[in-house]
Amino acid sequence: MKLTELFTDSRFVITSEAGPPKGVDTTKMLEDVDLLLGKVDAYNVTDQQSSVMRLGSLAVSHLLKQRGAEPIFQLTCRDRNRIALQSDLLGAYVLGIENVLCLTGDYVSLGDHPDAKPVFDLDSVSLIAATKALSEGRDLAGQELQGNPDFCIGAVVSPGANPLEPQIIKMENKIAAGAQFFQTQAVYDLEQFRDFMEQIEGLDVPVLGGIILLKSAGMARFMNRNVAGVHVPEHLINRMEESKDRVAASIEIAAELVKGMKDLCQGVHIMALGWEKWVPDVLNEAGA
Amino acid sequence: MLVSEQKPLDEILHSLEGESTIFLLGCSGCAEASHTGGEQEVRAMKASLEDAGKIVSGWTVLDFLCQKALIKTELQAFRDRILASDSLLVMCCGVGVQATAAVVDKVIHPACNTLSMGGAQGEWRGSERCGECGECLLDYTGGICPITACTKSLINGPCGGARDGMCEHQPEVRPCGWQLIYERLQQLGQLHKLREIHAPRDYTKAEPPKALRSTKFWALEQAEE
Repeated sequence: MKLTELFTDSRFVITSEAGPPKGVDTTKMLEDVDLLLGKVDAYNVTDQQSSVMRLGSLAVSHLLKQRGAEPIFQLTCRDRNRIALQSDLLGAYVLGIENVLCLTGDYVSLGDHPDAKPVFDLDSVSLIAATKALSEGRDLAGQELQGNPDFCIGAVVSPGANPLEPQIIKMENKIAAGAQFFQTQAVYDLEQFRDFMEQIEGLDVPVLGGIILLKSAGMARFMNRNVAGVHVPEHLINRMEESKDRVAASIEIAAELVKGMKDLCQGVHIMALGWEKWVPDVLNEAGA
Repeated sequence: MLVSEQKPLDEILHSLEGESTIFLLGCSGCAEASHTGGEQEVRAMKASLEDAGKIVSGWTVLDFLCQKALIKTELQAFRDRILASDSLLVMCCGVGVQATAAVVDKVIHPACNTLSMGGAQGEWRGSERCGECGECLLDYTGGICPITACTKSLINGPCGGARDGMCEHQPEVRPCGWQLIYERLQQLGQLHKLREIHAPRDYTKAEPPKALRSTKFWALEQAEE
């Protein structure tokens, strides 16, 4: 199932995330996936997130598909050149994967193999263009394919970036290259997000607002210091700190964000980071 | 020795679209040795631009364009003509184009692609400037090289990794190259250039045939002797 089919029904679309393990024991990851079966529309499968070497997103997307969970295959430009990227896209399609999320990828120095060769042969815009070209029957060299895939192409944007203008121009370039839906970096400030949505009002493309479940005040402060484009306002940090039950506070905050986003965009992308079991509570509380 | 080749005239004229008055800048260093930016080539370029209906407000050949301080001083003599021009077309390697962009508050267009620098950074040694990509993009990026200024050498705009204007890699010391490019284009009123989507790089250009590099190297060495 392509994500774009859901948007045409004007549904509020909910995606979540599956983080492949470092190793081959997929038990915990698949348990977390099962917790949300039927409750979310699709799962992003991260591609060696934060440049940490792990089980690959292609294999895990396939495992999800076999389980009846709809995968969104994340693909970054960090580790593969254009030959390998295109080949993996073809590989994904023959395994039944229809949704792809094209990203630049973090720099190698952020992960656990900082001495690796960074590739970045393509960038997010040209990877989107390559995915579209394959879907139209040709590769980047213009060669005709023997049977072409048909992908639904996603991309990302960071509404909290400062300055925001180059992010929006790049978003428009991604749309021109073939992006059909967007997921955003985590949002905690609905007013700022509203401003962003107003600025992109003319762009005819569905947006899923990003939500990361806050696990503690410390985690919020850590993200404020270290994660680009993420800002948790002080009042939310205080709520986490002062609450006797931080799970309840986390669910409450996430539910407020989901509720707020219902009026602003076409869906949410929830990153639970191991707290998948609380996501149904978030969705119930938000009435999603 | 910085080896360059002239961009096709069509590409140069495309970069000058919408502009009528151009100032030409050549370099009597490596660009002259490469036959891409000496007096002969500058005169030929002047004729080509005039054939294409452009007004050439003036030209000069400096020794060398990678000397930032020198360009600033020498161009004083042409101040009025430069101010009256829409842009400067700079006929040399990527270092000279960036040095010119760093001292002149005008739109700068590169006339050449830089193929090899033999490890040198010209006379502007403070940092790595030109990535010798062989497909000069300085026209689109306000005279700041995305290949060297961006850690990931992205050519289609910023990733989402910068915080407070600094790169996710070595944030203490490394500014986000695309933020610098954005600020420069904003200052020049050229933000529309960020809307141009670039095809993936042609890496055969970054690895020119050995014969090309060694021949030109050899020619310069002979000339020096």
